[in-house]
Amino acid sequence: MDADSLLLSLELASGSGQGLSPDRRASLLTSLMLVKRDYRYDRVLFWGRILGLVADYYIAQGLSEDQLAPRKTLYSLNCTEWSLLPPATEEMVAQSSVVKGRFMGDPSYEYEHTELQKVNEGEKVFEEEVVVQIKEETRLVSVIDQIDKAVAIIPRGALFKTPFGPTHVNRTFEGLSLSEAKKLSSYFHFREPVELKNKTLLEKADLDPSLDFMDSLEHDIPKGSEAVVQGDFMWLLSRCGFGWPCSWDSCSVSMRVLEYPDGEGQCPGGAAQPALAGPHLLPCSPHQDLWLHLRGHW
Amino acid sequence: MGDLPPYPERPAQQPPGRRTSQASQRRRSRDQAQALAVDPEEGQQIPPDAQRNAPGWSQRGSLSQQENLLMPQAFQAEEARMGGMEYPSMNTGFPSEFQPQLYSDESRMQAAELTTSLMLQRLQQGQSSLFQQLDPTFQEPPVNPLGQFDLYQTDQFSEGAQHGPYIRDDPALQFLSSELGFPRYSAQVPEPEPLELAVQNAKAYLLQTSINCDLSLYEHLVNLLTKILNQRPEDPLSVLESLNRTTQWEWFHPKLDTLRDDPEMQPTYKMAEKQKALFTRSGGGAEGEQEMEEEVGETPVPNIMETAFYFQQAGVGLSSDESFRIFLAMKQLVEQQPIHTCRFWGKILGIKRSYLVAEVEFREGEEEAEEEEVEEMTEGGEVMETHGEEEGEEDEEKAVDIVPKPVWKPPPVIPKEESRSGANKYLYFVCNEPGLPWTRLPHVTPAQIVNARKIRKFFTGYLDTPVVSYPPFPGNEANYLRAQIARISAGTQVSPLGFYQFSEEEGDEEEEGGAGRDSYEENPDFEGIPVLELVDSMANWVHHTQHILPQGRCTWVNPLQKTEEEEDLGEEEEKVDEGPEEVEQEVGPPLLTPLSEDAEIMHLAPWTTRLSCSLCPQYSVAVVRSNLWPGAYAYASGKKFENIYIGWGHKYSPESFNPALPAPIQQEYPSGPEIMEMSDPTVEEEQALKAAQEQALGATEEEEEGEEEEEGEETDD
Repeated sequence: MDADSLLLSLELASGSGQGLSPDRRASLLTSLMLVKRDYRYDRVLFWGRILGLVADYYIAQGLSEDQLAPRKTLYSLNCTEWSLLPPATEEMVAQSSVVKGRFMGDPSYEYEHTELQKVNEGEKVFEEEVVVQIKEETRLVSVIDQIDKAVAIIPRGALFKTPFGPTHVNRTFEGLSLSEAKKLSSYFHFREPVELKNKTLLEKADLDPSLDFMDSLEHDIPKGSEAVVQGDFMWLLSRCGFGWPCSWDSCSVSMRVLEYPDGEGQCPGGAAQPALAGPHLLPCSPHQDLWLHLRGHW
Repeated sequence: MGDLPPYPERPAQQPPGRRTSQASQRRRSRDQAQALAVDPEEGQQIPPDAQRNAPGWSQRGSLSQQENLLMPQAFQAEEARMGGMEYPSMNTGFPSEFQPQLYSDESRMQAAELTTSLMLQRLQQGQSSLFQQLDPTFQEPPVNPLGQFDLYQTDQFSEGAQHGPYIRDDPALQFLSSELGFPRYSAQVPEPEPLELAVQNAKAYLLQTSINCDLSLYEHLVNLLTKILNQRPEDPLSVLESLNRTTQWEWFHPKLDTLRDDPEMQPTYKMAEKQKALFTRSGGGAEGEQEMEEEVGETPVPNIMETAFYFQQAGVGLSSDESFRIFLAMKQLVEQQPIHTCRFWGKILGIKRSYLVAEVEFREGEEEAEEEEVEEMTEGGEVMETHGEEEGEEDEEKAVDIVPKPVWKPPPVIPKEESRSGANKYLYFVCNEPGLPWTRLPHVTPAQIVNARKIRKFFTGYLDTPVVSYPPFPGNEANYLRAQIARISAGTQVSPLGFYQFSEEEGDEEEEGGAGRDSYEENPDFEGIPVLELVDSMANWVHHTQHILPQGRCTWVNPLQKTEEEEDLGEEEEKVDEGPEEVEQEVGPPLLTPLSEDAEIMHLAPWTTRLSCSLCPQYSVAVVRSNLWPGAYAYASGKKFENIYIGWGHKYSPESFNPALPAPIQQEYPSGPEIMEMSDPTVEEEQALKAAQEQALGATEEEEEGEEEEEGEETDD
């Protein structure tokens, strides 16, 4: 959620049962403003919350002008002081994939994992047990990255691409109409397209290059992993797929006549059950502003 | 009128005659009483026409009036002869739309003379409305002076039915009539009842809807004519085609009023309507005031807003307007059902819709009526089953060819717990949205709980969805939901230590078998535990719901213990019985166990505690979160506490869920020598065997002979 419209998005995303207490909200509003000033981000978004045993992590992301560029991730334990996380690499992801269970809540905590490694000593080859230490920070980074890649979505038309390259927020986007909001094809994954180039020429001919430059949700496997759930006056897209059940993206309904809302809030809430851990993620919406129009928000 | 008439002379000339006859007709209709007086006029008028017309006519043209007067009598006779013939000739006098009917027989040509004379006579005799229908502006069916002719015409032209002549299915006719905008004529001269029938038939035919759309020809024509009459274009006939197209197009593209918005989408409005009903108070006016006084007292509806506030402090829960709506929905539930206590249990999220769950306890004696019905059904089922078993046994004894009996016996059914005890202590009502009606969930059976532990399915939001899984779940989504609610309640309902205490009764501790105590009551002396202590140690929290044993119940029941009914059958089945199995009694932690005793998951604590706000500990709330059932929370502050569950309804497991594999394929039959495959003995083997047998035989014979000889010797002696 954009720092400007944090409160509204939290309200919209509350259907999943996760929320923020008032003190947290207040501190978030203040500290996110400061982060934006200090790091000179174009937009700062509150990504969510990962629950740990001892403490919870609050995650925020900063965006630059180009919306699709890699985002900087920050974390905080108390919503007031934020620290930058290193960007995710493949190595990190592979390494932390072996860790299972909950997050501890302490970023310096180290998980121990014993591996069998082949060690060459001269002519002998034998397997030795090696204890690998994985830092929780690494795990955090890789989990956030995985969630983003799998579950971050954005409605079609919210971003557009110019011939110069950078992706911009579409100021004329008025939200999805009711019939469009029900269809999976009107949502995209908010990341660099992976499957776009595999499409046939026929399919590509139907696409509009300025709007359709990301993967659509339609062709995700397993089918039916996303569902559009009608909440109170709004549509929540719940993704029960790969592993992040209850990550909610709330695109509030826009009636054809009303403006805006579209808010694509990514609200992962609840126990995600990916192949790894069970972070509890909070409702949040990283990617799209929620323009406040009271008419559009019931 | 430029069509090719078969009788070129007449049609061209007859219209004038027709017109005059029409004119005369009009005059006639004015004063029919003066029939005779009029005749002379016509007599004078017609002959000149007749002269112009067919020569045959001219023959009659000079009919005198006297003859005319005589004609009526003979008229009928002639009619009888050639009533039918009149039809085509009358048509010849009609406008070109009836031209096709001139394809009449040539024989009628001759009759035409007679018929024209008849027409003439009729005119002269002042019979009205012969030609009424010729009048193009005349829309109504002719009422009926021409009824006399009907009989003959129906014979001629109807399809044999008495109910009125049918429309001729002639494309040219249709073309003509539509062009001139005339309604289709059913027939020229039908009788009143057949006439009306004919009209109805015609209208029904026109009202048939086309295959492609909902539009019928009738409607389309109505639209078209209305449009023409409204717009009054200059030369409607020439623009008719385009008008037709436009009318058709407009049917499918209704004009949107640019000044007014279309009515908005339905579903959210419907929802709003239902929820509005929640907000209106029941009863009105004076009754409302009385209710006000009563309501101030005790109601079973819990203070959901307060609970929601505390949970919000903890960072859990639904938004405040949703909480308020839930409160109103529960109030509605309380009004509808005889409820003693009520609590908002939580929300279970589903793929398509979510469930709001209310935990409810009925007043004494209220729910037994419904329970009895269910029990009767199940008992009936059991009786049926036992009968089935007996019959099966008898059949098997009779059958000569004994099919090997399957060794597998279904495990004995564990009886479900009584209402108001164990897992069925409370009743649960669910609804999808506040405002929708509440549905009651059935009681849970141990088999359902046992199976629910093995599967993991997301809820769809519709209670009657079947649960497809392996091992097969006995029931549909309502049962699965109830089973999960039972498990979650048993696992996560906690309260601060000391809030509940056991009721003091003697003999409690003497109960055997770990049945333990299953009831508790509120402790009136509860002082409240300081929040910091609650957060520090898990021993300050206790479970106040009974643990569910692996069997699926809270109190253990020996499944092999035969009840009275079964004992009778047991004697018959003794031979089939297996040896008595020793079943261990299952024991679970007793009620009011502190949370510190809970088992760990993978070396991680099963519960997490937090203070809601670290910045102001004196006012904050202690929050306990379950790691085993993600979504289960409890808060405590002072003397208040509450539990809630908002989540997907699944247990947490570090590994992903692997559904159980199906059982290995069973062996069909035990293998023994008689069904084992062996290769047939070869010829050499057989011969060798035979030789060996002969040798053996020979040896025994010698022995026998030897014996016999001995015997023989003995007997001889």
